[in-house]
Amino acid sequence: MKDYQGKAAFSGIAIGRIIEMATQEDTVRRKHIMDVQQELNRFRKARDLASEQLQILYQKAEKEVGATNAAIFEVHQMMLEDEDYIDSIINMIQTQEVNAEYAVAMTGDNFAGMFAAMDDAYMQGRAADVKDISARVVRVLNGTNETQALSDAGILVADDLAPSETVQLDKEKVLAFVTRQGSTNSHTAILARTMNIPAIVTTPVPQQFAGKMAIVDGFLGKLIVEPDEETLNIYRQQQQCELEKRRLLAELKGRPAVTKSGREIKLYANIGGVGDVGAALQNDAEGIGLFRSEFLYLQSDTYPTEEEQLKAYQQVAEMMAGKKVIIRTLDIGADKQIGYFNLGKEDNPAMGYRAVRICLTREDIFHTQLRALYRASAFGNISIMIPMIISLWEIRRVKEIISNVKQELEQQGISFGKVELGVMIETPAAVMISEELAQEVDFFSIGTNDLTQYTLAIDRQNERLDTFFDPHHPAILRMIEMTVTNAHKAGIWVGICGELGADTELTAAFVRMGIDELSVSHAFLLPVKKNIIDCD
Amino acid sequence: MLSFVYTIKDKQGVHARPAGLLVKSVKELDSKVTIQKGEEATEGTRLMALMGMGIKCGEEVTVIAEGGDEEKSLAAMRLFFEENL
Repeated sequence: MKDYQGKAAFSGIAIGRIIEMATQEDTVRRKHIMDVQQELNRFRKARDLASEQLQILYQKAEKEVGATNAAIFEVHQMMLEDEDYIDSIINMIQTQEVNAEYAVAMTGDNFAGMFAAMDDAYMQGRAADVKDISARVVRVLNGTNETQALSDAGILVADDLAPSETVQLDKEKVLAFVTRQGSTNSHTAILARTMNIPAIVTTPVPQQFAGKMAIVDGFLGKLIVEPDEETLNIYRQQQQCELEKRRLLAELKGRPAVTKSGREIKLYANIGGVGDVGAALQNDAEGIGLFRSEFLYLQSDTYPTEEEQLKAYQQVAEMMAGKKVIIRTLDIGADKQIGYFNLGKEDNPAMGYRAVRICLTREDIFHTQLRALYRASAFGNISIMIPMIISLWEIRRVKEIISNVKQELEQQGISFGKVELGVMIETPAAVMISEELAQEVDFFSIGTNDLTQYTLAIDRQNERLDTFFDPHHPAILRMIEMTVTNAHKAGIWVGICGELGADTELTAAFVRMGIDELSVSHAFLLPVKKNIIDCD
Repeated sequence: MLSFVYTIKDKQGVHARPAGLLVKSVKELDSKVTIQKGEEATEGTRLMALMGMGIKCGEEVTVIAEGGDEEKSLAAMRLFFEENL
């Protein structure tokens, strides 16, 4: 039995035989060529083909690991089109009269060398990307195949894996990744995480163990080769436990979030755009508890029109098919700045001109959004939620504007549905007047991120305040409890849509307080549901 | 020639993906766009050169637009930096 310590890149336990993946050293020889023009054509054709392969790879990766993680292949494609890279290759073929393979490999090495010499770990990692694309072009020039097919399932051990190699592997057959080089920041490590495969990197394991039994401990970052029976048994048990945990979560899908005593908690998802709806539904969201409408403003270079907004709201309403969709009106300012709003610099933006304060002073912007929201309500179950309320007059003014919008739509013969109106409780002021606020609206949603920051007077981005920051501070919990009590007194429902809602240590406490709804990002839906089901 | 100075806010700095996006959006403009950091400068269409500058979080860059509709190009760049970097 031998242990090799690496760095954990993704947790999990794998037990199986080692498969050594030979690095494909495409030996490139320098050859003198006669016909420069022909060689340049060969290179251009190979580059185009390599680019097509990357496009296909991008699509495969997008399906398997999502657009964000697949983006590296798009970057690879752009590197292949980089002027400096191409000029260097062409120049080498022309002036040195060498074969395209050699020019590509040399240029790849040069650029990789530039990245490797940088003083930034992330950029050093990009050396692998340049080598990866160059090797691809060389393979196309040579006419060699790219991936080794895996015949049996096993633990994959390699010097390093290019992102393209990682994605092309048959996922069913890879129990774990172990690399001798690489970093926890490498794209391969990131891909392993999304593929849910245990991975360790920088593991100094010699190349002699192909076919041997081994254990990958992705928690401790350890590779154990030829384990003894006792170790094997311990790990088999641990692996069983892990599988059990995952199975439990999968089993929770389709079950309602009801406590042992029969109280049902509505479990909704937070989304930042139309693209998140799929993941929310896959994880059993019963509705959308917070749809951040900012993305519409952020991705546009001028104020989004009523039609543009309507399209997005309508799409989500229709995808959720009658389930509740709570859309938060414009919440920019503070840390979210948008150029064309020309908000100007403020000394204290967190306490400045933001959210509803902008909406009530620039009513044209608010008016457009409300019209779009009301029009979208004809296509599904839409609710509107107003952020950063501190005073009663604010919500009363919002209601006046809404009633004008409704009147206008009626006069124009445009249909709309019934829309619930709620406020976000995210300032201590709103908590203190929640009894009165509750008389004005249909629901409350507690925004714990801002509520925490304003209650504790702590900027959570400021690392120096870590010692003082306590997310479970009794002041916060009492604020929440007070809000719940006042909501229920007025007969309205109350939920939590901030990060605290996903804190599984607090689920039981929230249930005890009488919270009606929790809205969390999709990854937390099932773990929170498990906690609700376990509550008395 | 128009320009603005921008301080990078993205924690990772100008890493591969935003650099790629930057090149893409510069190619859509009709002005020549130059990114300058201290003594170093590169055209906004050169991906590897941009990455090679190793621009980090907190560092200042000057974005320069020359020729074509400079105002429009610069506005597009300003928005791009604010949203992506």
